[in-house]
Amino acid sequence: MDGSIISGAQGTQWVEVARLGDIPRLGSRVVSAPKGDVAIFRTSDDSVFALDDHCPHKGGPLSQGIVHGHNVTCPLHNWVIDLSTGEAQAPDIGCVKRTPVRLEGDRILLALRA
Amino acid sequence: MNMLSPQRQRLVVIGNGMAGMRTISELLARTPHRYDITVFGAEPHPNYDRIALSSVLAGEKTLDEIVINSRAWYDENHIRLITSDAAVSIDRVARTVTSASGLVAPYDKLLLATGSKPLVPPLPGLTLPGVCTFRDIADVNQMITASETQKRAVVIGGGLLGLEAAWGLKRRGMSVAVVHLMPTLMERQLDVAAGTLLQRDLDERGIAFFTNGQTEEITGTERATGVKLADGREVPADIVVVAIGIRPNVDLGRACGLEVNRGIVVGDDMATADPDIFGVGECIEHRGQVFGLVLPIWEQAKVCAARLAGDEDATYVTPPLSTKLKITGIDVFSAGALSAAAEEDEELIYQDKKRGTYRKLVLRDNRIVGTVLYGEVKDGPWYVQQMRDGADIEAIRDRLILGEAAASLTGTLDPTAKVKALADSAEICGCNGVCKGTITSKITELKLTTLDGVRAHTKASASCGSCTPLVEGLLLLTAGVDAKAAGPKPMCKCTAHGHAFVRKAIVADSMKTIPEVMNRLGWLRPDGCHSCRPALNYYLLCAWPGEYVDDQQSRFVNERNHANIQKDGTYSVIPRMWGGQTNPRELRAIADVADKFGIPEMKVTGGQRIDLLGVKREDLPAVWADLNAAGMVSGHAYGKALRTVKTCVGSTWCRFGTQDSTSMGVALEKMTWGSWHPHKVKLAVSGCPRNCAEATIKDFGVIAVDSGWELHIGGNGGIHLRGTDLLCKVERPDEVLEYCGAFLQLYREEAYYLDRTAPYLERVGLDYVKAQVVENAENRRALYDRFLYAQTFAQHDPWAAQNENTTFKTLVPAE
Repeated sequence: MDGSIISGAQGTQWVEVARLGDIPRLGSRVVSAPKGDVAIFRTSDDSVFALDDHCPHKGGPLSQGIVHGHNVTCPLHNWVIDLSTGEAQAPDIGCVKRTPVRLEGDRILLALRA
Repeated sequence: MNMLSPQRQRLVVIGNGMAGMRTISELLARTPHRYDITVFGAEPHPNYDRIALSSVLAGEKTLDEIVINSRAWYDENHIRLITSDAAVSIDRVARTVTSASGLVAPYDKLLLATGSKPLVPPLPGLTLPGVCTFRDIADVNQMITASETQKRAVVIGGGLLGLEAAWGLKRRGMSVAVVHLMPTLMERQLDVAAGTLLQRDLDERGIAFFTNGQTEEITGTERATGVKLADGREVPADIVVVAIGIRPNVDLGRACGLEVNRGIVVGDDMATADPDIFGVGECIEHRGQVFGLVLPIWEQAKVCAARLAGDEDATYVTPPLSTKLKITGIDVFSAGALSAAAEEDEELIYQDKKRGTYRKLVLRDNRIVGTVLYGEVKDGPWYVQQMRDGADIEAIRDRLILGEAAASLTGTLDPTAKVKALADSAEICGCNGVCKGTITSKITELKLTTLDGVRAHTKASASCGSCTPLVEGLLLLTAGVDAKAAGPKPMCKCTAHGHAFVRKAIVADSMKTIPEVMNRLGWLRPDGCHSCRPALNYYLLCAWPGEYVDDQQSRFVNERNHANIQKDGTYSVIPRMWGGQTNPRELRAIADVADKFGIPEMKVTGGQRIDLLGVKREDLPAVWADLNAAGMVSGHAYGKALRTVKTCVGSTWCRFGTQDSTSMGVALEKMTWGSWHPHKVKLAVSGCPRNCAEATIKDFGVIAVDSGWELHIGGNGGIHLRGTDLLCKVERPDEVLEYCGAFLQLYREEAYYLDRTAPYLERVGLDYVKAQVVENAENRRALYDRFLYAQTFAQHDPWAAQNENTTFKTLVPAE
């Protein structure tokens, strides 16, 4: 992927990681980030979210789950994680770290810390 | 044939609505290349779900969500779509259609699907600004805009259409009054009792009613200010919606000289008086009847498409009609006769005033001929089914009015007896280690009343589900809630429908995509969830082989990644070994793969093959490529699919063997591999009754005996150990294949998603399966043929297809 640096502030840089078309609707891709894998999701309304690829329950790869609405279901034990907050759906309790992500045209930019 | 025909025939469709496009979809499914198709649409939009306009008005759906076929669909199918340009004349001699802009389209066959127009009485003030009808997207947009700036609305018409308009405007914050000519609402679909209940409920929701109200004029000079009734009553309003009904749009048909009564007259073949001109939908009249509901129109589309495809036998018969009102939270259902019409007719009525529910059945000769349900309508489709089947209800007459569950009840047991006897420390859910005391105290503490609630808060019954009956028993014992009485279990929280209903509807109404199913069956969440999407994907795949495009995003991870995810996020990979046979070349290739990719563990599985455990996601395509290169294919060890065919060595080596069980196993596996099922499916073939291949705990087990082959079904060595039932004995190997394919197809078509053959067999009964597969030879061959047909699309190695799939790769941001 020919990622390029768009802007930077206090050690955080917006880095292009993919084009929107690289991710199927209701699908996701894994990005190798300095602090571990990050899953980027594309929902049916073409919103894009980025979360650590690690379920707060038993560490399942969220990137491999089924995406529905603004949620993903972990493939290991069906915890449902809210993509916009990272919170597990009640009554399960847990939270996944989010990474700021934005769309510029069809370019997906992640705020990655060096 | 096609190669000889000089050019394709030209089909012109007038009307880009539901009926016309449904006919085209059906036609393309039958014969994609027979016609060059041109479609004229008066509206600027692609084909959308007109029925769902009520939901758009009520703010429950967006316009995008109700599009049935996008412009891309027309392109993909090479259909020329002309929008915002209505057809204005038909020349039956020159065989051309001319549009408003002067476009001329020649036709060989013409389809009229011009729909209907709003019925508008000749009232003074009709043309004032602020007056609209409720028919298309433009009307809905006009109402939505009005609701943003105006306060009061009057809807003329208290039928289905008018009430849905009134509710939508109410939801958008307007104060709404309904003027209705008759004494009770929806009098064509509801009897007086149900119509009165409906009015009371809508009244409680803040809609005002003026029944027995004949509108005399719409008042106002600059714009509408209200309506005036014949008895002197006046109702002030900022907008007036006229929704008293529809009438067939017959203008074009009449102008070109076709026979027209109320609608354009068509025969049982859906053709008009001109054999090259067909008609479907709300614009037609068939045997004196005109149409406004979707079900008969789908049937017309089917028949019309068959005729256009050259099937001379397709004949249209109007199915029994039923009506549902689309107002959230108000459940109304009716079908057939509303009340006793003849002397021999009888009525059964049940009413619960406090809960506001009402049920009525109209009977004739011990058969249901009509039903009206209010407040609780889940049994509606079942009653209609009984009507359609002409079922004799004598035996269940005393329980019939209580619905399907009660009617099918045979005896009563105390369902709590079993759980009552257990100690608090007894483990109920073995998957999640939850004991009885934990469940009962949570039920009490959190006032849980549903199975889902118990699952969410205790995890009991949330994994394999085998303890569900016990948990239901505890709910009944502790909270007095009968989780089963709620009728068929909904598929998931996204819908109120159960699996059986959805499966039936997909086939009966020719639904072809997941969004279409969700849209038409009123799914509560637009993308569904991880539970319903894989089920729908399977149901569609099974219903429309070769036609439905598998939705990868609705597949569970294992089926999307063609490998079995493990607890650490790595995968297990199992190549197929036909009938459990292998050879040095395959074993060497497997060993090489394990070395090359540093695969940490290998294991021989219970299904007679070799499991490579701990494969990284990114390595999967390369691992498969190496296994493919050695001639091996996916073992589908990860799928709701045909897994293995376990065999013993049989008569080739064994001194007890009576038949060549290994070759039989290989033949069965070659026939069945790649097939998708509601759950995993395992086969086995034993060469003698010593049964070394353990065929009697398999979904389909074969045991060779001296005189032939015993066929066993419905075994399961999993959660609930269940030995097979003997289906029958056959003599020849080809019969084994035929019975196997037929039974698997029956299971594929009828089981609920995630039910294995054992619970399926428990549900339908061995006698039923015998009747379908053993006693009815014609049916068995039809099932077998359908299985083989589906297999022509399923037998492609999914591993080989993944070489180009880049989604397994991790993305790496540049420095």
